[in-house]
Amino acid sequence: MKVTIVDYNSGNISSVINSFEEVAKDKVNIEVTADLNKIKSSDKVVLPGQGSFKSCLDALNNINGLIDTLSEFAITNKKPLLGICVGLQMFADIGYEETETKGLGWISGKVAKIDNQNGRYKLPHIGWNQIRIVKDSKIFHNIQNDTHMYFVHSYEFIPKDKKVISATTDYSSNIVCSVEKENIFGTQFHPEKSDKMGLKIIDNFINL
Amino acid sequence: MLKNRIIPCLDVKNGRVVKGINFVDLKDAGDPVEQAKIYSDGGADEICFLDITASNENRDTIYDVVERTSKKCFVPLTVGGGVRSIDDINKLLNCGADKVSINTAAVENPKVVLNSSKKFGSQCIVVAIDAKKNGDKWEIFTHGGRNNSGLDALEYAKKMEDNGAGELLVTSMDRDGTQIGYDVDLMSKIASKVNIPLIASGGVGNLDHLVDGIKLGNASAVLAASIFHYGKHSVKEAKEYLDSKGIPVRI
Repeated sequence: MKVTIVDYNSGNISSVINSFEEVAKDKVNIEVTADLNKIKSSDKVVLPGQGSFKSCLDALNNINGLIDTLSEFAITNKKPLLGICVGLQMFADIGYEETETKGLGWISGKVAKIDNQNGRYKLPHIGWNQIRIVKDSKIFHNIQNDTHMYFVHSYEFIPKDKKVISATTDYSSNIVCSVEKENIFGTQFHPEKSDKMGLKIIDNFINL
Repeated sequence: MLKNRIIPCLDVKNGRVVKGINFVDLKDAGDPVEQAKIYSDGGADEICFLDITASNENRDTIYDVVERTSKKCFVPLTVGGGVRSIDDINKLLNCGADKVSINTAAVENPKVVLNSSKKFGSQCIVVAIDAKKNGDKWEIFTHGGRNNSGLDALEYAKKMEDNGAGELLVTSMDRDGTQIGYDVDLMSKIASKVNIPLIASGGVGNLDHLVDGIKLGNASAVLAASIFHYGKHSVKEAKEYLDSKGIPVRI
């Protein structure tokens, strides 16, 4: 089995690589690349993302054919893909960070700034928060409701179809923190930084 | 509900822990990686390394420490001390740091904060503020507390938020090393001035000081070094104590 972490110059992905390698040990081959052929031949793909919605989409667009290859992988061939943080947010149709930016459009919805209720809540939403699992998701196998995960973000994904939501978290409002739509998975939190339970989610994804 | 964070900090010099936990079963008590692993296994919400290496020729030792730690600890890792440039930040992030804290360089050239938060995202840029009381205000010190910049700490904190800092790590130079508690006055004034999270630092001598940092200082996270050294208190004890005082923590 081969799992590819897409390296598209979206900032720091070393923690994602380290966590997948820790879980995979020698059983699974972890590739870190933006090579289109290597992505095509993968069994699973991880799409990380740090920085802004716009900077991540710009970085994806900067690599010729990458978005088409990812769409073919996830939408046409329906192979498992996991988006993390902005990687999840990019599934949306549109994002409003920095400027209005078109997303991948894989899961209909928008990405907007978290309402901090006139400064009553600090942004970014940084730290450990509990996830409320609202539907069975394959990546939550053996993960209990109210497990703590590590978050760092100021924007939230608001999907149109609420049925894709697999978990939410409470901050200034109820925030979508995990989605599952067929073969497409995403977490707003960082499983790679969420200690043992985060590694369990990665393990679940690898073992899908 | 978002939890308040407890962040143990390790001083690292030439790749070795300067103070540290004195446990008999440690293979190498001076190895930052082993100590960080004990903290993360004990429930630390994040780990912080402060590199206090003085000589330039040994500066690269921190990269090896960060790289080895990030392969063993799967909680956020913040690294500070001697971070001068975008290039330094890039190297630390590539080695596996999740956040980088910038101190003197941010005072001397605020554009470093602006440019690095644009390039890497605010989530990984922590501005470290060393402040000392002077009359009824606080002034920013640099170079490990040796130089007074004369800048007002509250105005400076606001400016760093505007420049894209994701968090502020505020250390009271009056309290650092005293073990008499955080300067909660300073913490709460800065916390009410900015909308980004504040990490309180400097002066912790007992577990009640951690409670004060959150309840009176309005800090989102509390950083401490010496109380976790030599096994005086474990991170687990600290969390249970905060929990008993009604502070939301991850247990």
